[in-house]
Amino acid sequence: MESLLKLCSGFDPVTIGTAVISGVLTGLVYGLSALGLSVIFGVIRIVNFAHGELLVIGMFLALMLFRWFGLDPLWSIPIAAAVLFAVGYALQHFVIRRVAYLPDHYQFLLLAGIAIMIVSACLVIFGPDAQGVQLPYALDSIPIGSLIIDKVRLYAALAAVAVASALLLFFKYSSTGRAIRACADNNLGARVVGLNVDRLYALTFGIGAACIGAAGCIILLLVQVHPYLAPGYTLLAFVVVIVGGMGSLFGALLGGVLIGVAEDLASVCTQPSLKTAFSFGLLILVLLLRPQGLLGRIAR
Amino acid sequence: MSELTPAGRAALLAFTLLLLVLPAFATGHVLSVAIICLNLAYLGQSWNLMLGFAGLLSIGHALFVGLGAYASGYLFAKHGVPPVIGVAAAIAVAMLMGALIGYLGFRFAIGGVYFALLTIAFSEFVRILLDHATFVGGTEGLFLPVTRRSGVDLINLRGWTEMFYYVILALCVGAFVLCRAMLNGRIGYFWRAIRDNPEAAEAVGVHIFRYRMYAVILSAGMAGVSGVFTAFYNNNLFPEQVLGIERSIEITLAPIVGGVGTLFGPIFGAFVLTPMGEFLTFAVDGLKESGLIAKNVKTDGVKLMFWGLAVALIVLFKPSGLWPWVCRGLGLVKSPEQRG
Repeated sequence: MESLLKLCSGFDPVTIGTAVISGVLTGLVYGLSALGLSVIFGVIRIVNFAHGELLVIGMFLALMLFRWFGLDPLWSIPIAAAVLFAVGYALQHFVIRRVAYLPDHYQFLLLAGIAIMIVSACLVIFGPDAQGVQLPYALDSIPIGSLIIDKVRLYAALAAVAVASALLLFFKYSSTGRAIRACADNNLGARVVGLNVDRLYALTFGIGAACIGAAGCIILLLVQVHPYLAPGYTLLAFVVVIVGGMGSLFGALLGGVLIGVAEDLASVCTQPSLKTAFSFGLLILVLLLRPQGLLGRIAR
Repeated sequence: MSELTPAGRAALLAFTLLLLVLPAFATGHVLSVAIICLNLAYLGQSWNLMLGFAGLLSIGHALFVGLGAYASGYLFAKHGVPPVIGVAAAIAVAMLMGALIGYLGFRFAIGGVYFALLTIAFSEFVRILLDHATFVGGTEGLFLPVTRRSGVDLINLRGWTEMFYYVILALCVGAFVLCRAMLNGRIGYFWRAIRDNPEAAEAVGVHIFRYRMYAVILSAGMAGVSGVFTAFYNNNLFPEQVLGIERSIEITLAPIVGGVGTLFGPIFGAFVLTPMGEFLTFAVDGLKESGLIAKNVKTDGVKLMFWGLAVALIVLFKPSGLWPWVCRGLGLVKSPEQRG
């Protein structure tokens, strides 16, 4: 922490403190989005290259609901999650299942193709301009001592934590969640004891996608949406998940918080536009030094 | 060309002749589309060398193109070094980057999809750095001075569009000959052994680290040459446009559609996708004119959607690509029995 402060000399502790808090809050939202990627990879072993695109679908859904019914994006979470669940379930059941026999590369490329289709569909339907929501509490903030916390960011983080907790509880205690974990641990074993692995995989993809949809609604509170956001969010989720550990659920949240704080500190200490370079630098380092991620187990 | 049937030989000859005489009757627009198409075919061959021959997936290939473009463009714009010399610098920089990624990736045993993520990470990292590199213009772009747009000046790569057409055609043919020699040579057998089963290849004594490095370095160098072409053809470079992830994905489309691992597949894929993209653009614009679809529909979006759909359908139904299928269907190559 001391060296970090030295690096940021010229900035007072309040600026740093505010940046750290805002980083943690944003990071929790990143973490929720990455959770969707992590769940899908951890169970189905598919790297969802269309992650950012599903997120952008969630964001546009929330935007439409806001425009039509004046619905706060936080209240559209259940709707977006349900829609994205259906999309994810269908995607796994009708499309991705068919390429399970092909090498990893092909699955990756198939999802890249689907990703291009989603981006261009959004481009055709919504146009390339950035669009956002105007919320009554958008500019409110809560002072704690001399630190300032954005109300929007706080609400976003709380919503993310709520959804993530629901997901963790589901995997820990529900029988479907346990069955899905069984598939992840030992695919053959799961089949032997009579689990319907194909259906569970589709469910998992649906749950992952629902998680992404929820994250999309929450992110709409913080940024404006346009179709070209998608690839950036895909990469961000990869960074978060690889830093935290592919397939580890707590790892995704931890990675999200780390990346969120790193980005906000980087934008305070250097130029804001350089902040993504830091996360990619971090990704390269983690890939090289600890490819299983901070909390991940060594796979295969 | 011993593996071709008479029909195959005739088709190859006709195709080559058509490409050679195309500028004689093509309009300016057709020629510029043909240049884009040949550039994609060239880059597709470079990408295919990594995934198709050696089994290494790169989704950051635009990085090598961008480095080549920036190296030669910077030398020309700021120091007046002609591209004939600049291309050496471009190849060197791209190969060094390839060697770095390959070394780190293979030394630390980063396999499969993680290697693809490593290439993306490097590509994005360099893109952001270039955004902030003021000596090459940053986000404002790097502009190459244009003194004349006619004549043929191969040393400075300045002249008519026809000259650029023949340059990229020559590069494409050169890449094809090189890939063919590699694939049929000793190194090609090593690459394919590594691609199909790295453990077995290593067990029979193939130095997999070394041959994987060769694949990445060679592929990167080839992409770097295309960067020089891009820089001097467009005369302006923006990090987002040259190195963006969309660009990297675009490079993968032609070989996937044509057939990963085949020699002619990347070229075939480029010649299927580009004209279809152009046709779609034309059709969508026509529909907009006649009022059948809304005016504010983005034509580019429709083209992209088609390309995404093409990739998805190919992976789902013809993962080995269109070229082997077309080839067999039209009897362009000899069957194993005919070869004897």
